[in-house]
Amino acid sequence: MSTEEVEGVTPEVMLAFYRRLYPFKSIVNWINHEHTPTKLFTHREFALTLERDVYLRYQCFETVEEFKKKVCSLNPTRFEIGPVYSVKPKDKKSARQQAFTPLQRELVFDIDMTDYDTVRTCCKEAGICKRCWAFIAAAVRVLDSSIRDQFGYKHLLWVYSGRRGIHLWISDKEAMELTDEQRKAIVGWIAVIQGGKDMHKKVNVRQGTKPLPPSLQMALEPLVPCFGDLILADQDCFKSDDGWEDLLHLIPDKNIAEILRRKWNKDDGRSSEDKWDDLKSEIKKTDKGSPTRVSLQAAMEDIILQYTYPRIDAEVSKHRNHLLKAPFCVHPKTGRVCVPVDPQLIDDFDPEKVPTVGQLLKELDKVVTTQDMEGAEHHSDWEKTSLKPHVDMLDRHAMALMDQVRRSKRAADLSW
Amino acid sequence: MFSNRERAAFSDGTVKREGQVYKHSTLKYPHRLNFYDRPPLEDVTIEEFETCAIDRLRILAEIESSFVRNRSFEELKTVTNAQCLKYLPLHSSTATSEDLEGERRKDHLGHFILRLAFCRSEELRRRFVKAEITLFRVRYESDDTKEREEFLSSRDFDWIAVDKDEKEKFRRELLAASPNLKAELFEKEKFYKVKWTRVPDLVEKRRVFLKGGWAYVPSREQSSIIFQAFQSSLERALEATARALPRLDEDTRIMPILNNLSQGFLAGVPSEWSGNDGSSANGEAIKAEMIDDLARKHFPLCMKNLHDNLRRDRHMKHYGRLQYGLFLKVLGLSIEEAIAFWRKSFSKITEDKFNKEYRYNVRHSYGLEGKRANYAAKSCQQILMNDQPGPGDSHGCPYRHFSEDNLQSALLAAYSHQGLTSSDLPEIMHAVKSQHYHVACTRVFEITHAGSGVGTVKKGEGVGGGESVTHPNQYAARSRELEKAKIESLGGNDDVPMKGEEGGGDAMVLG
Repeated sequence: MSTEEVEGVTPEVMLAFYRRLYPFKSIVNWINHEHTPTKLFTHREFALTLERDVYLRYQCFETVEEFKKKVCSLNPTRFEIGPVYSVKPKDKKSARQQAFTPLQRELVFDIDMTDYDTVRTCCKEAGICKRCWAFIAAAVRVLDSSIRDQFGYKHLLWVYSGRRGIHLWISDKEAMELTDEQRKAIVGWIAVIQGGKDMHKKVNVRQGTKPLPPSLQMALEPLVPCFGDLILADQDCFKSDDGWEDLLHLIPDKNIAEILRRKWNKDDGRSSEDKWDDLKSEIKKTDKGSPTRVSLQAAMEDIILQYTYPRIDAEVSKHRNHLLKAPFCVHPKTGRVCVPVDPQLIDDFDPEKVPTVGQLLKELDKVVTTQDMEGAEHHSDWEKTSLKPHVDMLDRHAMALMDQVRRSKRAADLSW
Repeated sequence: MFSNRERAAFSDGTVKREGQVYKHSTLKYPHRLNFYDRPPLEDVTIEEFETCAIDRLRILAEIESSFVRNRSFEELKTVTNAQCLKYLPLHSSTATSEDLEGERRKDHLGHFILRLAFCRSEELRRRFVKAEITLFRVRYESDDTKEREEFLSSRDFDWIAVDKDEKEKFRRELLAASPNLKAELFEKEKFYKVKWTRVPDLVEKRRVFLKGGWAYVPSREQSSIIFQAFQSSLERALEATARALPRLDEDTRIMPILNNLSQGFLAGVPSEWSGNDGSSANGEAIKAEMIDDLARKHFPLCMKNLHDNLRRDRHMKHYGRLQYGLFLKVLGLSIEEAIAFWRKSFSKITEDKFNKEYRYNVRHSYGLEGKRANYAAKSCQQILMNDQPGPGDSHGCPYRHFSEDNLQSALLAAYSHQGLTSSDLPEIMHAVKSQHYHVACTRVFEITHAGSGVGTVKKGEGVGGGESVTHPNQYAARSRELEKAKIESLGGNDDVPMKGEEGGGDAMVLG
């Protein structure tokens, strides 16, 4: 467990960060899809959180320079990106209420470690370590491939949320234009873990004991080994009494549950792996192909899903006008920068190795003293720090988006 | 009166495809079903304008009240078909004896007139779309199979039939996505490919196979594509109409009619009472004829629901009578008035039958028969926990015993006129989902009594001192107290117009 509160994220530190390090240009390229500002940028809502929790909504900008200037002058602790409105957000008050509607917005997903508190054993609440990051890693792998395969979206940007979670921004044209109803549908398609704390079985996705829907069958494959490594070996979820009692609640056959309960009560030393093997061998005793066996096998799949399938914060994704913290903001508690993450390398990602704002400024101090660049504007000082690979990643991502837009524009031209 | 812009809104996305069947018909309305792509372009008398609209409105109001009354789709279908037969019959093309063109023209006109009346706010548009799509669904399901095929092939739904190879390639997935499709029937089943965004309802419930943004819809779910297409084209058209509407503002003949129409719909279920309105609601003793007005202004949803059911069915089952009758007793209805109220409400039955079967019952609840017990009105606890409503029952707590959809419709229909809007629903539904039914009810009380000054309630105040609702009578009593305080603060002027009076007038449009 480690949540070392990093050295104070003071207003002075933040100001230096915005002035010299924050990649405004890259952010604008990414949300604008083109080099010259379009409505995707100029009609976009930014919401700034200032000192003492003052919340400034409906901000918008014409150019990158104005954007940077405003952020530097207000020096927010963080800011969020909202939808593209039909009218410039700052003109909200003068526009007719009906004329002010959100039109476009990246499809976003939010996965937060707190939703895993009932299954992780290493940390609690705000805490996060490399070990519990494995839950997030599993979620990222499943969501990333499901969305690409089933919905056909290509422009997915994963961003570390600065403390204990991860955000996904999808910028494909169709995804940008989804209505709230369609966003709700996609959430319904993806969300599997349901039911509050008074509901033991949180996975109810099949009719009776019929096979899983194809999308979840596909998700299950990588989760089976993950269940073994993470839930059984690493987290040892069924070690404690409460842990294995939870497992027994999920077994539909009362007799088998009772046999296992007696066995585990007697022998305190059985690991989660032993217990899972016990369950498997009890299932093997039932007749092959019998309804009991089929329902137990289905239950095992459901258990694997319940412990490892992505737990998304559904409300974030359902509405176009939801605000989400911008990439490269600094988490005020940890000082860590919300950097983009490569889903291919998600297993190697260590939240504790993400650069903090203090560390970056120190790196910068060294560079500037050696180069002695006084008075010059530091537009891309991030190049000289460990922020560089992360900004490069965003730039590559934005470039691919801009390519796509250019290609489809050219195609539209040819049709004439 | 319909702008070009509106027509333009329809024409996008309907690129004609090869293989589409064109029907060159001399008939103006070759099909019973109508997607209402084209507005009527002809002269209509103002009388016809109004009749077409009101007759259609009766049907839509019936559909809305079916949602409110928690009817199943099958019940709703029966009721709606009956209502349609009365006010807006629409026969199949084989019915030679009927005036098919006339019927279909009326359907066409009515739809477009109501578009004008209901395009003006998001709330109205949402409710109109919901009622219209339900009407379309009812008609679609009752349409002759052959005629339906003809209708479907007359327009392009932009779906792609999945060919044999592709179907075979995804055999396992397609079967797993439709658990009710038997493997031996797989060869026969047809699948259609559409962009997933066109069938969000099927996607949300994982009832299709998705690949690369395409949804593979089995033919049994094909209607989903059609209903969604109907809905999205209607939504788009209503928005276009709303933008074009200001140009109509100058027409002094039409605007009053349109205003009346939309208000009538908003007022909810039409009242069938033509009794004396306008009696003062401030006196302590309650008269039978005041109950309509009281229900509108002061009753919690459970009692409103019972009241509306009683008005509609002119009958009520035992537990409903018990729950509602005792509530009215405690509200201050004397035994004489109670007898009058129930007698008048049960207007379908004879005097004789009422005296034999129900009079005793009413008197019994007042402690005048049998063991002469003084029965108390049921508390929320009792309503929630005891005597669970079965099919056909209308008692219980709507927050607990209604499905989510029906509860939301019921809330909007019951309390829109008191300021509840659909933006309040998420909060209420959140309380319902976490099973805090009294919290939901209390929140509704706060919303419908919000405002500033005397006689209003702020969030968190509940039914006084931050208390939440624990008894329907507490809800109603507090609501009446607030109204009284409000009137007194205005100088005790009895001439202050009551909401109920306005509402009564609106409802007459329907009644």
